[in-house]
Amino acid sequence: MRSALDRLASRSRSAKPAPRAAVDSSHGVILYLEDITVSFDGFRALNALTLYVEVGELRCIIGPNGAGKTTMMDVITGKTRPETGSAWFGQTVDLLALSEPAIAQSGIGRKFQKPTVFENHSVFENLELAMAGPKTVWKWLAARTTAEQVDHIDQVLQTIGLTERRLDIAGALSHGQKQWLEIGMLLMQDPQLLLVDEPVAGMTPQEVERTAELLVSLAGKHSVIVVEHDMEFVRSIARTVTVLHEGSVLAQGSIDEVQADARVQQVYLGE
Amino acid sequence: MVKSSAQHGSRLMAALRADRGGRLFLGTLVIVSAIVPLLNLLPSPASALHLSNYTVTLIGKYMTYAILAIAVDLIWGYCGILSLGHGAFFALGGYAMGMYLMRQIGTRGVYGNPILPDFMVFLNWKELPWFWEGFNAFPYAVLMIVLVPGVLALVFGFLAFRSRVSGVYLSIITQALTYALMLAFFRNDMGFGGNNGFTDFKDILGFSLQSSATRIALFLATALALGGCYVLCRFIIASRAGRVIQAIRDAENRARFIGYRVESYKLWLFVLSAVLSGIAGALYVPQVGIINPSEFSPTNSIEIVIWVAIGGRGTLYGAVVGAILVNYAKTYFTDALPSMWLYALGALFVIVTLFLPRGVVGAIRART
Repeated sequence: MRSALDRLASRSRSAKPAPRAAVDSSHGVILYLEDITVSFDGFRALNALTLYVEVGELRCIIGPNGAGKTTMMDVITGKTRPETGSAWFGQTVDLLALSEPAIAQSGIGRKFQKPTVFENHSVFENLELAMAGPKTVWKWLAARTTAEQVDHIDQVLQTIGLTERRLDIAGALSHGQKQWLEIGMLLMQDPQLLLVDEPVAGMTPQEVERTAELLVSLAGKHSVIVVEHDMEFVRSIARTVTVLHEGSVLAQGSIDEVQADARVQQVYLGE
Repeated sequence: MVKSSAQHGSRLMAALRADRGGRLFLGTLVIVSAIVPLLNLLPSPASALHLSNYTVTLIGKYMTYAILAIAVDLIWGYCGILSLGHGAFFALGGYAMGMYLMRQIGTRGVYGNPILPDFMVFLNWKELPWFWEGFNAFPYAVLMIVLVPGVLALVFGFLAFRSRVSGVYLSIITQALTYALMLAFFRNDMGFGGNNGFTDFKDILGFSLQSSATRIALFLATALALGGCYVLCRFIIASRAGRVIQAIRDAENRARFIGYRVESYKLWLFVLSAVLSGIAGALYVPQVGIINPSEFSPTNSIEIVIWVAIGGRGTLYGAVVGAILVNYAKTYFTDALPSMWLYALGALFVIVTLFLPRGVVGAIRART
């Protein structure tokens, strides 16, 4: 009953996007999660989680299965509403008051664990659809893609290394290429914060390497949060690593500090 | 304004250039609308070339079904919304037209009451119920033909999509919707003629429904509506909004998380589809000459989906092919082997699903 009510409440979130200019990160912090608790049928997926992410940072989040990594992403993107706590995007955008599309439009892009692109559309069209703008039916019925927008799409194609596949159907891409296309779709929205869930699962070593380069190149211009299991990969990209365990932060620091932490070894690395 | 409509025109032409099946369909439609009236009006009834009024009306009826099939393909083939209740919107459009036609009968009814339709006199009603007011005026009836299915779809879709009801659950509640309406319309005290519905229409806009000229006019109006409906749907599908609609079908969550209000897109498309269905129903009633609650029957709505599946969904013209093919077969079977029709329909559906997953037009496209 409670969860049904919560669901109803989350439907009534405002669908109006926060104006882009309103994302105020002048204090150097782009994401504030404070004291967030989420339970599913008594199981605490997040337990008073507090986490800050700085502007331009590339942050890796690791943790054993069930540590709450995906739930955390769900809270940030508006899919799940926490029972307690607060989530702010910059100092002025209250994420708990916005719907999923509104959060996306205010500048948070999310890549899913399973690569999700529009398989029946071309690579170009995938990026075109992801473009920032007033995404309403009436505007889009008459919308034409301007030369500037085509340039932007080509630029993103270059960044994700899919220029050659521009007109191919997205369903025909390899697993790795779909992951990059999905990252490209996020970039089309000029997001300030990118959430990337397990980007290298199922990739070949070469693809992993290129993905690492891509994500490192994105940090700085954007703030990036990467959830990943692959420790090799995390070591290759991370500056700061946050370890989640049972829904809250267990340890945080450089990869070496984290790996040296006795508690972390016990719950996660010590097997 | 002029510039933007010119732009729309050129984009529409581009969309049609890329749509070979659509051009073929529209060409055929033009030829049929030219030849059928000629063959009906010119040769003497004894001639072998003569098309009877019955045949003209039959083709007109198939064309109203084709509009309905396009409306269902628009939401099912392109947006993945499987409505098993679209017969309800068709029937509501039909009832709105039927109310106008009933009021046109005037004193020529069995009881000769200038205001009340026969069934109300029979039920001993003394005055016209409030919701029958206005239906003596054709423009008002046209307004209702669009508004009643549209508003029902708006309210139903708003509640369903907002609660994120989708897939088989949505299909089931659309069945419930049409079933509930059927039961309601069966009741005499609803004021829609109970299980007999409306029939014995006399004329439309002052022209006798029995005359060949009126039949031909209705036939041409239906052909025009079918062509217009096709072009409108093609324009929508070829626009960027159309690509969003297909993106929602393929990966709803991805669309939501790149900033699309998926519910608004679905609702908008669902309402449009319901309005088109209502228009189809309104054109159906004067040609067929009767509307009754069996039009709301859940099996009717399932049949529409079968037409689209057999023709080939997600193509628009496939829906037209399916609607005509199945209904032609139905006319043939119910005449030759009445007890076999439901088996034949079931077998057709199974065969198409197993061997022609993309429908008849999909199989043809794969060969050429």
